[in-house]
Amino acid sequence: MSLPPVGLEHYLVVSAALFCLGLLGVIMRRNLLVIYMSLELMLNAANLALVAFSRYNHNLNGQVMVFFIITVAAAEVAVGLALIVALFRKRKSAHVEDLTSMKL
Amino acid sequence: MQDALFYLFAALTLLCGLMVVVNPLSRNPVTSAMFLVLAIVSMAGLFVLLHAFFLAAVQILVYAGAVMVLFLFVVMLLDLKEEARRKIKVFGIATGLVSVGAFAAVMVASIVGTHPGKGLIPQGEGTTPVLGKILFTQYLLPFEILSVLLLVAMVGAILLSKKDLK
Repeated sequence: MSLPPVGLEHYLVVSAALFCLGLLGVIMRRNLLVIYMSLELMLNAANLALVAFSRYNHNLNGQVMVFFIITVAAAEVAVGLALIVALFRKRKSAHVEDLTSMKL
Repeated sequence: MQDALFYLFAALTLLCGLMVVVNPLSRNPVTSAMFLVLAIVSMAGLFVLLHAFFLAAVQILVYAGAVMVLFLFVVMLLDLKEEARRKIKVFGIATGLVSVGAFAAVMVASIVGTHPGKGLIPQGEGTTPVLGKILFTQYLLPFEILSVLLLVAMVGAILLSKKDLK
């Protein structure tokens, strides 16, 4: 068994596969929290691609971008989970099929 | 050695990511959250292999530490026992698989077809001093805006979790 030497393409393929997994979760799963976790997975896939490009192009701006993405994702998780908790209090459900109307 | 580690971490990341989305053993959100922690930690390993040491540390501290604790708190706050027993719809699975499969085919074909890494030597070093210098000179304004954003998110989260939402 001989695997080819690792290059930029390998990292990009892993990133694409991870992004597709996250997308699959967002489309397939019906639990709001698991959908949210899949979104985090997609953000992480984008981070991996950015870090790989940054390493191979010798340009650190990509890593600063990832730093910003991680911070914004943390803020987004805090607000999003607060929204989910507020919604759960009103509707008693975290299932997307029970949350189809926009009226509270 | 590095290549073997790459394949190990990549396989671990993808496997744990798969277990987050489609876990054949359990539909409990807590197991999904735990596998997400594993996926994030093995992705930090990939960051180390890419010499992004600072980001690997931040990834573990912020994601595996803060974000996942928040997730677990909410999962335990909402009592989701009843949700686990619903069955998955076949139509939803079919549409998801077809659309994601097509997307994956396009992505992989474009990556393999264009060879973006041809002739590039991996030499970017993401050490903390270098990254800090860029962050506090070139990206000073976005950095400050980010701190305001965190404050806004904090106030928003507190307001949203008040009992009587007006």
